[in-house]
Amino acid sequence: MTQAPTIAFQIFQSILVVLAAPLLMGWVNQCRAWLQNRSAPSILLPYYTLAKLFHKDAVIAEHASPLFRLTPYILFGCMWLAGGIVPVLATALPFAPAADIIALVAVFALARVFAALAAMDIGTSFGGLGARREMLIGFLAEPAMLMTLFTAAFISGSTQLTTIVDVLAHRQFVIQPSLAFAAVAFLMVLLAENARIPIDNPTTHLELTMVHEAMILEYSARHLALIEWGAAIKLFAYMTIGFALFAPWGIATAGDWAGLPLAIAALVAKLAVAGAGLALIETVSAKFRLFRAPEFLSTAFLLAVLGMLTHFLLRT
Amino acid sequence: MIPAPLAGALACVVIWFVLGGFSLVPAAGASFARRAAFPLGALAGLALAAFGLRAIWEPAASATLLLGLPGMPFHVRLDPLAGFFLFLLGAVSTAISISAAGYFRGETPGRLALIGLQYFVFLASMALVILADDAYLFMVAWETMALASYFLVTTDHQQSAIRGAGFLYLLIAHLGALAILLCFGILHGGRGDYTFAALSSAHLTPQWATVAFLLAFFGFGAKAGMIPLHAWLPEAHPAAPSPVSALMSGVMIKTAIYGMVRVIYDLIGGVRWEWGVIVLVIAAGTTLFGVLYALMQHDLKRLLAYHSVENIGIILLGLGMSMVFIGFGHPMAGALGLIAALYHTLNHAVFKGLLFLGAGSILHARGLRDLNDMGGLIRTMPKTALYFLVGALAISALPPLNGFVSEWLTFQVALQAPILGHSVVRSILPLFAATLALAGALTAMCFVKVYGIAFLGQPREPRHPVRDPHAHSGGDVGPMEQFGMAWLAAGCVVLGVFPVAMLTVLNRVAASLTGTGLSTDALASGWLWLVPTTPAQASYSPVIFLVVIVGVVLLTALLVHRFYHGRVRRSDPWDCGFPEQTPRMQDTADAFGQPIRHVFGPIYLMKRSLPGPDDASPRFVLKIEDRHWYWIYLPIARLADFVSARVALLQQGRISFYLLYSFLTLIALLVFVA
Repeated sequence: MTQAPTIAFQIFQSILVVLAAPLLMGWVNQCRAWLQNRSAPSILLPYYTLAKLFHKDAVIAEHASPLFRLTPYILFGCMWLAGGIVPVLATALPFAPAADIIALVAVFALARVFAALAAMDIGTSFGGLGARREMLIGFLAEPAMLMTLFTAAFISGSTQLTTIVDVLAHRQFVIQPSLAFAAVAFLMVLLAENARIPIDNPTTHLELTMVHEAMILEYSARHLALIEWGAAIKLFAYMTIGFALFAPWGIATAGDWAGLPLAIAALVAKLAVAGAGLALIETVSAKFRLFRAPEFLSTAFLLAVLGMLTHFLLRT
Repeated sequence: MIPAPLAGALACVVIWFVLGGFSLVPAAGASFARRAAFPLGALAGLALAAFGLRAIWEPAASATLLLGLPGMPFHVRLDPLAGFFLFLLGAVSTAISISAAGYFRGETPGRLALIGLQYFVFLASMALVILADDAYLFMVAWETMALASYFLVTTDHQQSAIRGAGFLYLLIAHLGALAILLCFGILHGGRGDYTFAALSSAHLTPQWATVAFLLAFFGFGAKAGMIPLHAWLPEAHPAAPSPVSALMSGVMIKTAIYGMVRVIYDLIGGVRWEWGVIVLVIAAGTTLFGVLYALMQHDLKRLLAYHSVENIGIILLGLGMSMVFIGFGHPMAGALGLIAALYHTLNHAVFKGLLFLGAGSILHARGLRDLNDMGGLIRTMPKTALYFLVGALAISALPPLNGFVSEWLTFQVALQAPILGHSVVRSILPLFAATLALAGALTAMCFVKVYGIAFLGQPREPRHPVRDPHAHSGGDVGPMEQFGMAWLAAGCVVLGVFPVAMLTVLNRVAASLTGTGLSTDALASGWLWLVPTTPAQASYSPVIFLVVIVGVVLLTALLVHRFYHGRVRRSDPWDCGFPEQTPRMQDTADAFGQPIRHVFGPIYLMKRSLPGPDDASPRFVLKIEDRHWYWIYLPIARLADFVSARVALLQQGRISFYLLYSFLTLIALLVFVA
């Protein structure tokens, strides 16, 4: 078993992502509170919330189907899987060849489809509304994300995320215009996909504006906890994808335990900055009307496509 | 001596013809058709699939039949390409035939006899199209297929809408057939005979080759349902009984893909990259058009038919990229494109067959075909709901099912773009990948709509139930129909989880056409790893993917229940505390598509009447129409009307006039001849 150390590394990273994700959520909330001149809650608040939710009894609508009860586990599993694909701490992860960037985007799509289906399962007006809006955002965000990743794939000649990171991390520092386009597009997709302002507001229950919250209205207790936790992992995964593509410095190679402290330190520093940045964006911008969302996202899509074209035009 | 696979395939064709004939015999009659014909037909399909698969591993075999015109016998040939399509036809028709045995159980004897005859002639003629090795047999089988399916489409010919759909289908089918015939004419060029071997040895100038390509592309495209020749597809496929819809959308339009590949790669040969660009542009339009119009539909079968248009577009995207790569002298990438296209052809046959059978089950068990009348079917039809979910996830290109594998391969082909020498083509190729990504995400939205509205939520009050005397209320469909769906659902899973087996099969098919298969790296990676080029460039392992995702989901459930509890309390829905919840407050199919209507407004031709604020009985009417009708079809129809009205002036209805015409014609002839 020459693979054993790398597999251990893979498992370590997957568990770390799952456990650390709520901390990132807590950090973003804390920063936002500071920026908005409120006294901030504890950075550990998401953990307390999860623990509280897990202890409660689940209340489910009378006619909910098995799909409804299964969905939180699928969502959590998909996000966990995504956390395993993304090179958070190290490249050359043993699981990486099993799923490349296209599969990664598809994992997020799978989670989205199940979330939307579960929202429609109870047959309430809010559920359908949330599902419809979520799919509206998804159908533009997903291709934009894919095109962003393709730009990186064309630069590195591979669709394996770890190979992409290897190539991007170990070349001399050149500003690639195509990556600049891709970075802007990626940021826009990140905001939309993680239900952040200006597309969605994670703290609202106003029917005119809510998207993600409308979908999970019927969930309670452990099911809700799994969904919230999954959302935290998703944000974590998206941020680390961003680091992998646009700031891959400090990352270790799987099995190289000596490089781990540096990788963790780099990751913590990057997450701290990115989380504060996210809080800043959310503080200074206002939420869009729902039908501005397609414009926002089609801009992201076009930017990503432009990035890809730029790569080809500048190469010749 | 005819080799075993070819002889076996021919035997299956004969069995189908015999079964069709027997269905007509009054004595055997209804009970034979009901009990034996469809299951036997399914067995023949299974055998055909086995022979087809076997033929891929054997050298091409050909034979001359003792049929046809004097001096012009029928030739048949079974090579890897034909073997693959026979496998597709056999494997998918097996499930559909078994399902049909249950579906047609309640038909009256007279109708059943005719359906049996047409159904089996349809199957047999599709097999003959694939087996044909001369233009003559090909055209005979092609037209038999068109006619058999026309009669199947018009099974319910009492309804004028269905007669209209059938006529439109027949019309466009014949326009396509005419183009194909002309293409064969160009290849023949007045020399030699009509065997495919003779046609492929013709030396055409580039201009004539391009003309032949265009004729073949649009001729077969008319059958495949690509824009702008798609208009018949969303009318005719839903009009037919559901197993026939499944057969038409699943298999028949694939024979058009077969014809395209056969004629363009094999007979015309010398593929040019410009042709590939033409295919790509039409394919991109077809893909987006299909999915955007599918999102607007509320009739389930019509919606599925529009998705067939979309998927033909996806297949053509793969094919077009393959042609571009071959045209630029990259046969290995070209082979990959062909493999992606053929894989999607098979996948679409499987999941679209499944979805049409699912729609048929709802129609059969509930008498419903309008999405806005459905709701909550997962509780009364749990088996159908499960199979339909598999089909819906597969068509939405979600891992680890089969639709994802072929779209993944198509993306990988587009990512080969940097090897191209032509800078413009190199930079537009990724745009088609963007189209595919957009279409995939829109498809997911559409199937969330279908599944969420039909199977989830609460039952809606039916406003347009179809008067189906056999519709039994309550409960799921019978075991035969369930088996048909289960077979295809299993196909979705197997093709999705073990793609490498199919890749090796398709590699042989592609190698037989392009002269070279995939790189040795690609095939040396073992059954676990799907590798299109080299492992460093891209790989995907659905087995590991499936194991990991099932593993983490189970682990999560286990941990949650181990450390906490599994207590559940049932209660009324919460819905933000709204007290009154009626099924009418749920989303409808039209409401679900509303954001798309908003975003892509100019694409649709919308006729909408909104109720005023004082209406006592408010009505909201929305009609979405296809712009192609007004741009292309109606002008042509008006022109035809105009011309025929002028020609009708000749027709005076008096014999003296007709004698005068004959006299004038004779005079004219005498003048010219003399």
